[in-house]
Amino acid sequence: MEQNETGPFTDYIKEQFAELISELTAEKGFLVVTTPPQQSKALLEGFKVDEKLQFDMLIDVTAVDWMDARPTRYEVVYQLLSLKNKMRVTVLVPVGEEDPSVESVVSLWQGANFMEREVWDMFGISFHGHPDLRRVLLYDEFVGHPLRKDYPIQGKQPRVPLRHPEVENTARQMHRPELVTIRPRKASGDEQVQVSERTSTAESL
Amino acid sequence: MAERKLLEVDFGVGGITTQATPRALGDDLHSESMIVNLGPAHPATHGTVRIVAELSGEKIIDADVDVGYLHRGFEKMCETVDYNQVMPYTDRLNYVSPVINNFGWCLTIEKLLDIEAPKRAQYIRVILSEISRVSDHLTCLGASAMELGAFTVMLYMMEAREYLWDLLEEVTGARLTVSYGRVGGVKEDLTNGFAGRMREAFKGVRRHLVNCDRLLTRNRIFIERMCDVAIITAEDAINSSITGPMLRASGVAHDLRKAFPYSSYEEFDFEVPVGTKGDNYDRFLVRFEEMEQSMRICEQAIERLPEGPVIVEDPHIALMPKEEVYKSIDGMINHFELVMYGVKPPVGSVYQGIEGGNGELGFYVVSDGSGKPYRAHVRAPSFIHMGAMRKMLLGVNISDLIPTFGMINMIGGECDR
Repeated sequence: MEQNETGPFTDYIKEQFAELISELTAEKGFLVVTTPPQQSKALLEGFKVDEKLQFDMLIDVTAVDWMDARPTRYEVVYQLLSLKNKMRVTVLVPVGEEDPSVESVVSLWQGANFMEREVWDMFGISFHGHPDLRRVLLYDEFVGHPLRKDYPIQGKQPRVPLRHPEVENTARQMHRPELVTIRPRKASGDEQVQVSERTSTAESL
Repeated sequence: MAERKLLEVDFGVGGITTQATPRALGDDLHSESMIVNLGPAHPATHGTVRIVAELSGEKIIDADVDVGYLHRGFEKMCETVDYNQVMPYTDRLNYVSPVINNFGWCLTIEKLLDIEAPKRAQYIRVILSEISRVSDHLTCLGASAMELGAFTVMLYMMEAREYLWDLLEEVTGARLTVSYGRVGGVKEDLTNGFAGRMREAFKGVRRHLVNCDRLLTRNRIFIERMCDVAIITAEDAINSSITGPMLRASGVAHDLRKAFPYSSYEEFDFEVPVGTKGDNYDRFLVRFEEMEQSMRICEQAIERLPEGPVIVEDPHIALMPKEEVYKSIDGMINHFELVMYGVKPPVGSVYQGIEGGNGELGFYVVSDGSGKPYRAHVRAPSFIHMGAMRKMLLGVNISDLIPTFGMINMIGGECDR
């Protein structure tokens, strides 16, 4: 079974990051640190750059929806790994329901990009400072965030209207329309007919 | 009308031309970039994924990786079933090495319950995991080689995989969706005469691997396509959360089987191959060597396979033998309770990472004390590697996109969950 020695580091973390941590537990070689959302980035950065700890790898970012079980509804969960010390730490960040958001850590770890997008996608928790926060597993027209506990297990989604295949064919264009400049096209009789046919098909569908 | 205006877009070859300003990378002539939309159903991307590449000439200057076409709501489904019923869902994560996913889930729940599987079950887990790892790597390398034109290699590797899947089928009863793991152990013991058949199969696999080695490793065409392509340095790999063979190809000797041994991995003697450059060729070599190491682990494990039960003898965790269920009231009650309400771990949350075929496969499970997981999350290596793919693609030729994608070895079921 996995046993990582956290003993000497527990006291060190308690000492070094006392003002950033609201709770620390170490059970069965499991180090769990809780921190308020305003300080989460500072703590994670501290863990990363600290000479002794060197949590250089962000393994995972996820979230838990506690609904009514806890006063703060969501909890963002970071898993960090130190390659040098062969040690893991779990950082819990409770996030309120009114403004579910935390600081993004993409500037610290590139790998956080997709993970934070997934949390946004599934829980609707936004990450301040994320360069490209949009849905990753689901489609843009999806209504709601499915891993929230109030999302029904067999929830039905509205039908998505037909996208214009020519215009919205690439993910890039959907999200970065400023990249595409529309060029004027020589209008000929045939093309005009084609365009109007297409428009009418799209409307009738 | 706005719609009509939007339709008046000029089409270039293979996509929509844009007037994005050309960038410095590899631009000798004044040209405009072109967007190529690869997928989601592309014959060379084995997996449903879409890559929107922005090209300057043949060089990729920007890429957008669009995953999620195979999203089935694994994590939401897990919240509706009990812990042992999740097993068939985990089969469908990385469907090339389903046994590893099974055992990853089992280990997580065992950690939550604070129990350990019997020694024999741990050894069986090691043997089957390593067989799966070999089959995973064979699939990855065979498919990638085929995409570069080496179809013979693909056939050899598929035949080698067939030997291994016959072994898995013999023990688990299925080839692909095995559902062989159980919380607290495994479903059944190994079959009679398994050791002999395993050695026989490994002989066949090794024979094919020698052939594939001759066909690929020093093949000039293959080397020129793979070497120095999509380099990712050790720092970048760590920063992008890359794990598994890809991290090791970048020169970081990090293997969860060594770093955080689980299932008695510390008792086996094996090497962790590492690359030097972190290019596609290194990823190929690391995987190739790992297959040999995995087979070594299997041989050691079968040699020293301890006697004993293959699942814990706790009626609240594992089903009792059928004789007791039919012949005693206690047995009947326990069986009923376990089937109806499932295993009930104490309140708490746990993270367990294991070395999957592609990297760290992690499960984060939150228990509220009931028979169903309150929250189950999978840290899927493919998903995170796809997040790092953009970085790897920048600056490579469009033709090198396919081998790069092949070496990432994205498995749709795992990536999109």
